[in-house]
Amino acid sequence: MEKLKSVDAFKNLQSRLADSIDLSKPTIVISAGTCGQASGANDLIRITKRELLTLGLSDRIHLRITGCHGYCQAEPSVLVEPRGTFYPKIGSQEMVRIVGATAAGEVVERLLWKDPNTRKRIERLNDIPFFKSQKRTILSQNEKIDPIRIYSYIQRAGYTALAKVLEKSDPRSVVEEVKASGLRGRGGAGFPTGLKWELLAKQPNGRGKILVCNADEGDPGAYMDRSVLEGNPHSILEGMLIGAYATGASEGVLYVRNEYPLAIKHLIIALRQAKELGLIGKNILGTGFSFDISLVRGAGAFVCGEETALMRSIEGKIGEPRQRPPFPVQKGIEGKPTAINNVETWANVPIIINEGATKYTEIGTRNNHGTKIFSLVGKVKNTGLVEVPMGITIGEIVHDIGGGPSGRAQIKAVQTGGPSGGCIPTSMFDLPIDYESLTAAGSIMGSGGMIVMDENTCMVDVAKYFMKFLKDESCGKCFVCRKGTQRMWEILDDITKGKGTLQQLDLLEELALVVKDASMCGLGQTASNPVLSTLRYFREEYLAHVERKFCPATVCRDLFTYRVIPEKCTGCALCVKVCPTGAIKGPRKEPHNLDRSKCIKCKACYDVCKFDAIAGDAIIIVPVSDGRGGN
Amino acid sequence: MIKLTLNGLPVSVEEGVTLLEAANFFGFPIPTLCHMEGLSPYGACRLCLVEIGEGPKAKLVTSCTYPAEEGLKVRTASARVVKARKMILELLLASCPQSKIIQDLASAHEVRQQRFRQEHEDCILCGLCERMCREQMAAGAIGFRGRGDHRSLGTPFDIKSETCRLCGGCIYVCPACQLRCTYTEPDKAICGACANLSPPCLDKPQFNDMMCYMTPCVACEIRKD
Repeated sequence: MEKLKSVDAFKNLQSRLADSIDLSKPTIVISAGTCGQASGANDLIRITKRELLTLGLSDRIHLRITGCHGYCQAEPSVLVEPRGTFYPKIGSQEMVRIVGATAAGEVVERLLWKDPNTRKRIERLNDIPFFKSQKRTILSQNEKIDPIRIYSYIQRAGYTALAKVLEKSDPRSVVEEVKASGLRGRGGAGFPTGLKWELLAKQPNGRGKILVCNADEGDPGAYMDRSVLEGNPHSILEGMLIGAYATGASEGVLYVRNEYPLAIKHLIIALRQAKELGLIGKNILGTGFSFDISLVRGAGAFVCGEETALMRSIEGKIGEPRQRPPFPVQKGIEGKPTAINNVETWANVPIIINEGATKYTEIGTRNNHGTKIFSLVGKVKNTGLVEVPMGITIGEIVHDIGGGPSGRAQIKAVQTGGPSGGCIPTSMFDLPIDYESLTAAGSIMGSGGMIVMDENTCMVDVAKYFMKFLKDESCGKCFVCRKGTQRMWEILDDITKGKGTLQQLDLLEELALVVKDASMCGLGQTASNPVLSTLRYFREEYLAHVERKFCPATVCRDLFTYRVIPEKCTGCALCVKVCPTGAIKGPRKEPHNLDRSKCIKCKACYDVCKFDAIAGDAIIIVPVSDGRGGN
Repeated sequence: MIKLTLNGLPVSVEEGVTLLEAANFFGFPIPTLCHMEGLSPYGACRLCLVEIGEGPKAKLVTSCTYPAEEGLKVRTASARVVKARKMILELLLASCPQSKIIQDLASAHEVRQQRFRQEHEDCILCGLCERMCREQMAAGAIGFRGRGDHRSLGTPFDIKSETCRLCGGCIYVCPACQLRCTYTEPDKAICGACANLSPPCLDKPQFNDMMCYMTPCVACEIRKD
């Protein structure tokens, strides 16, 4: 790779690469992010390569290995360009057929995606409801780019935003452009990015300024940043370069959690290639602008996503937050002014520069511009990463894109914003998704986790789960957060075990409000959200646990027991067969006997007993207190 | 000079003064636990919370770390502050009931109940000893490890530190600890320097009848010998 010495040299290279794109040539695209690889993408790649070689098709068909496309439910998936044919859940045998069909210019009809409602097959990726309702400005790049080849990125107009900015040589206008775009931090708090940059640009440039990309994504069930890091690492580097040019920063740090080995690998490759090409380092493209980026791996603490803790972690100290002020922009890593932005924020920057702030503001609503990536998981048909314009309603995401509930049970709530977020009930599903509305509803935007829950989910149990996570992940520095989360968990644990009292419920609420008010950092200040939002919207579930000692969703195992109704039991012995512990016994054709001391409450017998037509369910779930009678 | 209002009283203070110093100077006492003059502010015990700002933007901040700002409106004992402070004291009392300092604070702030499950922890992780050791004694013999409810203080690998000079500074500043003082087993001690301190009960007989909250008590051990 030869170092590019001027902006013109870069433009020449780019036009040369862009001209070489042959849009008519069939290309097999295999998504091989961490999720794709885990579900078998590596096998598909091997088979495709073998087939192309043995059939002598290497010149006629391209193979492109890319990052994740976002439709996790359909992994491992294959996309065939230029038609955009999408094949979900492909096995090794089927891959052979796809290669053959692609060579012949055909489509394998029976492998296409099938609409569960209309039972019709849909060919093109963009016609599938999951993709159709999205606005994929960032994620759509993933399927076009080979993340380990910088030329692939440059070919698709990569680094043009940087060239544009360098050519114009007016850092002030870049800040103005980002400010005008209304881009807000995608890490969760929604601080205006342009304003942050302006504050950094105003700082005296004594010992240098630092830009940080916060890629310490730790929310359970959220992986938006991972997908961008793996699929399009150069877009983040380009965003940081533009940011550095605008603010006068000289150093950049990528703080990536060590649990993302593939993302780290791709970033290291991207950094090396960009350095070789002269896009990072000293005197970039001969313009005299210098910026260096290094990579720091996080050691697995959730709290290190908080900016002051993250800075300490980069300094090599124990990751714990400190009280602001001074803000990082005044006094950050090693005392130097520092601006920290999330992965998604950085990925938005090249788009804003390329398309212009005016066009960017057309997406979304007032004060909430652009798109946001959510990881839609839980009890919906289509799980995966969805990129939607701000202001879309939760209902649209869950029903149009997510395809509604995955099982027979109705959807009950959506939990947004990771462990520090809150649960939003179905009655509020027409709430538009933006920073303000979510906060008003008692939740947060967060980094973009979205967990859908149905009626088989116990909200007290959910709150307890998140509180356990937070109590383990609180850094422990400030007393309120450490003890507060621990005590809240204790009370929730009591409630799920049937030991809760009404006084404890009041205490829980009182404590939650104080923890929210009095904690040092963002973790503690939002740690109460799971408790407060479930108390606000699902109080009756708490009351059922406390007063009736019963869990309506039948999740908290200490609060219910199973019982056979002798009058209804036909003695079919189906339940006897499925019981893993041998708790149900009884001769055929006679009412069975359930031994509660052996029962582990796995629900297998309840699920299998379905003599609706004859006698109704013969096995029922009853509260422990009612469970004494009968068999 | 920076002008601000403290509980409605307009005052002016020098630049760089924290809200805690300003409030104490003008006679508005704020309880603290992890704060000590001469040690860097830490902001961990949250007892020194004050309310700043107005309307929906009002928030609680620790006065020991917050610098005085021009035009700031500070309330050191608003209902919101008092409520949070009482809850913090209740939590402290539930974790570390044997500490005299915490008992006194709780009684001064009229905390009359303790609704959490009683624990008997010997350390509230206020970090005074760690800062004392590092900042004033230039030793850095003890430090924090772990996070969440596994966070604890100690020497590396829990063995006697080579940099520890047995100065006793850590025990001197500790508002809660007693069990960490392992005078009776000198090998295990973090510092073992309480042997150098002279407990008041040794030469003042009136302490005999008072309830002593130190176990094992240095004085009693010495008297036994």
